[in-house]
Amino acid sequence: MTFFDIARRNVTRHWLRSTLAVVGIVIGVIAIASLGIMGNSIGLMFENMVSDVGDTVIVSPATGVGGGKLTERQVSDIARAVGSNDVIPFSSTADKISVGDKESAAMIYAIPAGDIPSLLEVESGSYPKDTGGGCLIGSQLAANSRENGLKLGARVRIGGETLRVVGVLKERGMGFDINPDYAIVVPYAWYSSHYDEDDYDQAIVKVRDVNNIDAVKESIEQKMNRREDTVAVMDTRGILESVFAATESITIFLAGIGAISLLVAGVSILNVMLMSVTERTKEIGILRSIGTRRSEVMRMFIYEALLLGLAGAVIGGALSFGTGYVVTALFAGNADYLFHPTSLLYIAFGMGFGVFTSIASGLYPAWKAAQLNPIQALRHE
Amino acid sequence: MPVISFEHVTKVYPLPAGDVVALDGVDLAIEKGEFVLIMGPSGSGKSTLLNIMGSLDVPTSGEVTIAGKKISRMSDDELTLLRRDHIGFVFQQFNLIPLLSVVENVEYPLILKGGQNGSRERAKEVLRAVEIAETHFTHKPSELSGGQQQRVAIARALVNDPDFLLCDEPTGNLDSKTGTAIMSLLDRMNREEGKTIVMVTHDPRMTEYADRTIRLVDGRVVE
Repeated sequence: MTFFDIARRNVTRHWLRSTLAVVGIVIGVIAIASLGIMGNSIGLMFENMVSDVGDTVIVSPATGVGGGKLTERQVSDIARAVGSNDVIPFSSTADKISVGDKESAAMIYAIPAGDIPSLLEVESGSYPKDTGGGCLIGSQLAANSRENGLKLGARVRIGGETLRVVGVLKERGMGFDINPDYAIVVPYAWYSSHYDEDDYDQAIVKVRDVNNIDAVKESIEQKMNRREDTVAVMDTRGILESVFAATESITIFLAGIGAISLLVAGVSILNVMLMSVTERTKEIGILRSIGTRRSEVMRMFIYEALLLGLAGAVIGGALSFGTGYVVTALFAGNADYLFHPTSLLYIAFGMGFGVFTSIASGLYPAWKAAQLNPIQALRHE
Repeated sequence: MPVISFEHVTKVYPLPAGDVVALDGVDLAIEKGEFVLIMGPSGSGKSTLLNIMGSLDVPTSGEVTIAGKKISRMSDDELTLLRRDHIGFVFQQFNLIPLLSVVENVEYPLILKGGQNGSRERAKEVLRAVEIAETHFTHKPSELSGGQQQRVAIARALVNDPDFLLCDEPTGNLDSKTGTAIMSLLDRMNREEGKTIVMVTHDPRMTEYADRTIRLVDGRVVE
């Protein structure tokens, strides 16, 4: 028999009351864990979508200068400014396309044929050349080949000319530079002659070492905007950072809502334990009179709070896997995020916070019990 | 050296309506092996005397020595350890812990003292000495009769081998036959085991068991 035994028996003596207190903790733990996992999954989902483009600097024409285009000369100036890093200029447009008798519309990206491999990967087929009338199709277009007829080897008519699909691109996800999954990629030479254009919409700079992004941006600004702002320079890392910061605050906000429910549970434990101290005043008087020290009385009550907290945390933690599965499947569309280390961390955090809340709520009642005057406590009926 | 000694002990309870003097210059000494009764009308200071002897309270002035230790300036923890190691309490209402079984109630002071080694055996030994049937050891106190509960309480008081037993109307809640049996048990502990016993009572019949009686009136010892 130990103090822990005595605490355990006291907890089970009023099992209904203890169960209700535990239910409060269970709900709190589930709320923290599930909402945390939900926010975290949304963040992870976003991260997966955009992680490929973190090393990219995008150069656009400054609004109102040169009709909103980058000239060939500006592009070569940029290339000189960034040294050994790749500069990939591109233009885009939307046009009607037809394959056989199937007509549809698609986004068209025009990229110099030599630059395509450094920006995009092909899943099957090969890269097109400047000459030869080849083009690439995005993975989602290829996936819908039944509706649009676009597949490897198909002949697609754009305007009056026919191009052959020589390759299918790998899925790239949503990006800040280009979104080729639903688009057709053509060599710039073909685009230039077909649409009679010599300028580019934007240029993408692929920075080899992510740590150099700021230096690269700086040297482009130096070169291009010395006298007046001719281009706008934007790095995706900065955009990503603010997006991640936003998803992180969403996660913290959601977990905070969960924490409020745990605080409510803490108040209910406080209430249950204060009730228990009042009920057991005489018993505390007996314990004190036969030689139980204040610290030992206090320990007994804190153990009770600990037991309630542990029970709530374990049950809540186990149930969090269930609710976590549901929220990730529902909000992120992929329950795999549940088993991501940071998601599991939210379950551990919820459980830890549950135990902590219980003990914190038990401190005052335990202290109150320990401070009782043994003579008065013995007289209590 | 006396087990308990009071020198000019005064206890004053400050109340808004004026101070109440519960003990007024009490001098007394209780020697080892004595069986002493403390008697007096209500409000004579019996409870206060008992509380101070039990080191549940300390005097306002004067000095009290219990088991060779002066208690006036002891901290709460020191007083608690004094109760645990040197004093055995027997209450009118038995005051067993409802959550614990009979044997656990008796074992509890040993556990407080540290270590469970042999505590169960020692508890059983003392329970046998106060004539509790083995079959009752695992029962809850509420399943026992009043007389049996008081025997368990006496076993709990004895288990740490205290310097004296402090009994507060130990037969007050029992019928006369059971009360007599409890008194015989205490008497036997005093005669055969040499236990020092201090007992507060209203009942004049108890004087037959005692070596002497201390009478209190208005907080003073009268003889």
